[in-house]
Amino acid sequence: MPEIANTAAKVAVAMTVNGRLVSAELDPRTLLVQFLREKLLLTGTHVGCDTSQCGACVVHVDGAAVKSCTMLAIQADGMSVTTIEGLAGASGLHPMQEAFREHHGLQCGFCTPGMIMTALDMVARLGPDLDEATIRENLDGNLCRCTGYHNIVKAIGAGAAAMGAGAKVAAE
Amino acid sequence: MNDSTVTPIGAAVRRKEDQRFITGKGRYTDDLSRPGQAFAYFLRSPHAHATIRGIDTAAAKAMPGVVGILTGADLAADKIGDLICGWLVTSKDGTPMHMGSHPALAKDKVRYVGDHVAVVIAETLDAAKDAAAAIAVDYEVLPAVADLAAADAGAQIHDNAPRNISYEWELGDKAATEAAFARAAHVTKIDLVNNRLAPNAMEPRAAIGEYDAGDEAYTLWTTSQNPHVARLVLSAFVGIAPEHKLRVIAPDVGGGFGSKIFIYAEETVCTWAAKKVGRPVKWTADRSEAFLSDAHGRDHISHAELATDAAGKILGFKVHTRANLGAYMSTFSSCIPTYLYATLLSGQYAIPAIHCEVDAFYTTTAPVDAYRGAGRPEATFLVERIMDKAARELAIDPAEFRRRNFVTQFPHQTPVIMNYDAGDYGASLDLALEMADYKGFPARRAEAEARGKLRGIGLSNYIEACGIAPSAAVGSLGAGVGLWESAEVRVNPTGNVEVLTGSHSHGQGHETTFAQLVSARLGIPIDQVSVVHGDTDKVQFGMGTYGSRSGAVGMSAIVKALDKVEAKAKKIAAHILEAAEGDIEFKDGRFTVAGTDRSLAFAEVALNAYVAHKFPTSEIEPGLKEGAFYDPTNFTFPAGCHICEVEVDPETGVTRIVNFTAVDDFGVVINPMIVEGQVHGGIAQGVGQALLEGVTYDADGQLVTGSYMDYTMPRADDLPSFKLGLTQTRCPSNPLGIKGCGEAGAIAAPAAVINALADALGTQDVPMPATPAKVWALAKTRAVRQAAE
Ligand code: FES
Ligand code: FES
Repeated sequence: MPEIANTAAKVAVAMTVNGRLVSAELDPRTLLVQFLREKLLLTGTHVGCDTSQCGACVVHVDGAAVKSCTMLAIQADGMSVTTIEGLAGASGLHPMQEAFREHHGLQCGFCTPGMIMTALDMVARLGPDLDEATIRENLDGNLCRCTGYHNIVKAIGAGAAAMGAGAKVAAE
Repeated sequence: MNDSTVTPIGAAVRRKEDQRFITGKGRYTDDLSRPGQAFAYFLRSPHAHATIRGIDTAAAKAMPGVVGILTGADLAADKIGDLICGWLVTSKDGTPMHMGSHPALAKDKVRYVGDHVAVVIAETLDAAKDAAAAIAVDYEVLPAVADLAAADAGAQIHDNAPRNISYEWELGDKAATEAAFARAAHVTKIDLVNNRLAPNAMEPRAAIGEYDAGDEAYTLWTTSQNPHVARLVLSAFVGIAPEHKLRVIAPDVGGGFGSKIFIYAEETVCTWAAKKVGRPVKWTADRSEAFLSDAHGRDHISHAELATDAAGKILGFKVHTRANLGAYMSTFSSCIPTYLYATLLSGQYAIPAIHCEVDAFYTTTAPVDAYRGAGRPEATFLVERIMDKAARELAIDPAEFRRRNFVTQFPHQTPVIMNYDAGDYGASLDLALEMADYKGFPARRAEAEARGKLRGIGLSNYIEACGIAPSAAVGSLGAGVGLWESAEVRVNPTGNVEVLTGSHSHGQGHETTFAQLVSARLGIPIDQVSVVHGDTDKVQFGMGTYGSRSGAVGMSAIVKALDKVEAKAKKIAAHILEAAEGDIEFKDGRFTVAGTDRSLAFAEVALNAYVAHKFPTSEIEPGLKEGAFYDPTNFTFPAGCHICEVEVDPETGVTRIVNFTAVDDFGVVINPMIVEGQVHGGIAQGVGQALLEGVTYDADGQLVTGSYMDYTMPRADDLPSFKLGLTQTRCPSNPLGIKGCGEAGAIAAPAAVINALADALGTQDVPMPATPAKVWALAKTRAVRQAAE
């Protein structure tokens, strides 16, 4: 094989991804999304733009939503990353995933992982009682070309409420 | 309704495909990797128009990681043909359109910013990009032709297209139309620009080409809405490989909206290059490349006049449109501003005489082709804007003016080819007016005014033609292909079913609706049915999905195949049950001898079909698998009424959509949940066109709106929740009675929004996109006008 173009020194990174410890030697300019998609083959996280506008790439880093196209993999060194693949547990789908299906919150599915990860961040920040205006405002970093957002907004409201109810049950 | 139940037609069955999408297990083209793949990067023209005097790749070829660099000269040496436009339009003087040469890699000239000059294939994408920067191209820059309005006066772009005209086409009866205008009591005139749009499916285009030297066969994975048509074009016209040596796979595709119908340079080059470099070649567009090189939509400049009599009845309609083709004629570009546009200019109205002229121009901009609605949004925008303007000039309520002119008798032959088969336009208008509380609008307007806000309400009574068939009819209009659809129903020995369809799903939910249809018909649970599409090795042939055709045409083909399955299964059941074939009834998944309790479940008959012990195989062949090709007898005509209510803040120019009501007649609806989703998405794109989106080139032909920083996409807080209603007249031209729903929102919404703004601002001169700056200026003018009154 011919020599690979980039000969810059590789940098070691280690992070937890969906509960699993992973490590690699990377070209330092590798974006987090490239690391997830190309090295870990977690292709559920998508790339829809090159200007950090579409949110198809949203993952959680140490619990907060991050556009993984805008973060270097080495910046996530030592951190804990959750992607769409890490949401469903052994007992089945996450309530937010379930809500997207139930309310037809997706069509082509390309924006969906980013939408779901953003929705969860919304619940984490603002609680499970989300009205329509709040949801719409907090979706301003995520583009969808298929759904007109109508059913995404519905799905997030219902998913958040289900999470709230679930948390209550768990607390009792 | 869950997976293990039989799903009737009309039920809001949850989608089968969602499981993989919501868990991150979708499989889009860029998610795939082929062993040993190399990465392609396209060197694109930085100039809108230039002659290529030379390309020096020597330094670039020596860069680390480079696998190969190919240019138009290599393409020519391999005798690879041009990309083609597959629909022949003939000018009114009888000359065929002037199709400019369109090589996948430029030969001697580039014609838009983003045009393909060379491809670099390297071990990594970064290596390919680095090497591309080292290619020296000697350009002689020519004047750009960026302004559609003055394209005929610009530098000539193609040798065979003087004045940059591809065709000057007309439809309708000019003399009859002039005569109607001579009789008119009133003539309403309007000048409109239908703004240029970037389709922006969220998944960027991508392609992986692979060559198997052992089989001398190619495989192309690509983001396509119609993989079989891609294969046909790449083999029959471009000449990369014979059809049976080229497999095209369109896996999960992240939205298309028309932009993934076309056969582009990139997938052509990746396929051809795979053999040349002996490696699989992968390319994925970034968003900037998508803005530069995906085919854009719309881009018309029109003048129209509507003649009415003293009673407010329309006498005639004449239209002159300049349509932008961009730098090359893309796959279906010729039919969009002609047969998919002028044929809809009768709208929902009985108009005795129509004449439309369309002049199609080359410009040094990206190619323009079908985008959601394709020609029909342009027609509806024109018709519904001039209807509103005429109503106001005639001092008739816009709803009443429309009603007065509705087509009420069916079938109705328009003066522009179409024969409307069924509809009830009054019913959808009535329901929409009620749902939008049209009567209560004056009070809402007064209330808004008290708060210093301007309210307006606007109607749009759209009609579209879907299905795009029958094949012989579209052939007579210039189509290079038939527009039927195919299906195959394979019943397995254990009674579950695979449906192979030539339709392609890129968000439409076919895996659910098609399975729902089969479940209902065969009486088997929906999880026993799987839908196969998007692979030319699996599905023999198909025309793909666009023009809202998959329900009306694709599902009708499945019905035809199911008819054959049922007929054969009845024969087999008759032998097993020892009854006459005519006595066998099939209902709820069971074959029963009429009037008895002797019956067999569908799965039992399926098993027997393959075991083949209990019927004479000299009479009935073993197995249970049937195919069908279905060619519709007419276009289908979805229609409806959308009503938009806006509130403008005159201080900021911001337009808020406070109410959007859509009432549609889609004929029979298989899955209302999916249909509603289609309407939502379409409306959002239509609102985007009306308020936010617009592709802009500067005078030098540089794309100004080349990213999401400059091109405004509709976001969640730009839109309200929508109110939807359905009316229903059955479509008589297909067995299911389906009309199609995919484009309605994008067709209807722009006129509804702009009519509402015109109402709020008290002027008919509201341009698209009506951005806050423009609306603010119009609100100011209104205030000045009012102060003067
Ligand atoms: S890919 Fe990260 S925001 Fe678009
Ligand atoms: S579902 Fe297709 S982009 Fe959102």
